[in-house]
Amino acid sequence: MAGAKEIKSKIGSINNTRKITSAMEKVAVSKMRRAQERVAHSRPYAEAMRKVIGNIANGTIEYRHPYLTERDVKSVGYIVISTDRGLCGGLNTNEFKRVAQDLKAWKDKGVKAEFAVIGNKATAFFKRFGGKVLAQQTGSGDTPRLADVIGSVRVMLNAYSEGRIDRLYVVYNKFVNTMKQEPVIEQLLPLPKAEMSARKHSWDYIYEPDPKVILDQLLDRFIESQVYQGVVENAASEQAARMVAMKAATDNAGSLMDELKLVYNKARQAAITQELSEIVGGAAAV
Amino acid sequence: MAMTVQLDVVSAEERIFSGLVESIQVTGSEGELGILPGHIPLLTGIKPGMVRIVKQFGEEHLIYVAGGVLEVQPHTVTVLADVAIRAEDLDEQAALAAQKKAQEAMQHAGADFNYAEAAAQLAEAIAQLRLIQKLRKK
Repeated sequence: MAGAKEIKSKIGSINNTRKITSAMEKVAVSKMRRAQERVAHSRPYAEAMRKVIGNIANGTIEYRHPYLTERDVKSVGYIVISTDRGLCGGLNTNEFKRVAQDLKAWKDKGVKAEFAVIGNKATAFFKRFGGKVLAQQTGSGDTPRLADVIGSVRVMLNAYSEGRIDRLYVVYNKFVNTMKQEPVIEQLLPLPKAEMSARKHSWDYIYEPDPKVILDQLLDRFIESQVYQGVVENAASEQAARMVAMKAATDNAGSLMDELKLVYNKARQAAITQELSEIVGGAAAV
Repeated sequence: MAMTVQLDVVSAEERIFSGLVESIQVTGSEGELGILPGHIPLLTGIKPGMVRIVKQFGEEHLIYVAGGVLEVQPHTVTVLADVAIRAEDLDEQAALAAQKKAQEAMQHAGADFNYAEAAAQLAEAIAQLRLIQKLRKK
């Protein structure tokens, strides 16, 4: 009978775990919906900005901004966006693997790398992995704000302007759909050519005060908004991944409980049968 | 009916306003600006303050922006609004803070500790469950 008691307490503890995972799943579902909205909200800004920058880049040829010119690559910079919390499946692991692969490719060419990390998980990863981390930002929570990324982006932009890095990438998990999140590495600097190839036009803006100042301001904002976009996409991916992981955990706990219940009943019955046969055996002996 | 122009006020975090307007009043980096439909292309920085717009059919509307950039084309006007007031030294401060955090995080066993512990406990629990499963199958 001792076995039955142990199994019973195990069932209880699995049931508790199941309650927690199913609660986490429900929380993730509602948070995911909001995170998706946030992704949609931040899109028009980037689009409007891309259009304006395309127009200026075409209009003012005499001023070549350093963000638009390609340089020889001696050192690259990454802004790695991860989650603050775990229990979201292989989301972060997959992302870091992707970064490590990319890094290896650069290393083979003798290119150095520097990092800015956003999120606890990336911080922990680079502490183990090694690598020069220039800036770090954690604790954005479920409602990331643009202000959270300004510092880290600024550090990398400065590094780029001073020539310490020649390329800048942002790494995050792209939210494809609820079941699918993909780690992506996007080039931020120099700005990829395709974005700048707007149509030819025969007009130009009036600039106040002058194109250089506005272009500087716009490009900084543009990079920031790209990184922010990464942060909100990553947040949506996190909730989706957690939802799926917790759903699987809840289902597993449920099936495990069913099976354990069967075992428990068998053990209980065996104990009763044994007791009965003992009594009967005893009675016969008397 | 008065002439109208399409106005979009967007910030990195949300779309603040989108619709047809009759006129827009905004504080540009060089001074007050009034924009009516058919304005020639213009690009200017804007100062933190109110944007006063007159919507189609004459309804007035005020929007606060913390600076940004104004783009004007004959049929569309776009305000790329900042989400907070920006200044060069504030940005530098944020950059320094991010750098400092990076150094601290690399030296100390950061805030990730609790999660690591929780993850370890979870792994242990899973291992136990597996063991039970195996025992049961025998």
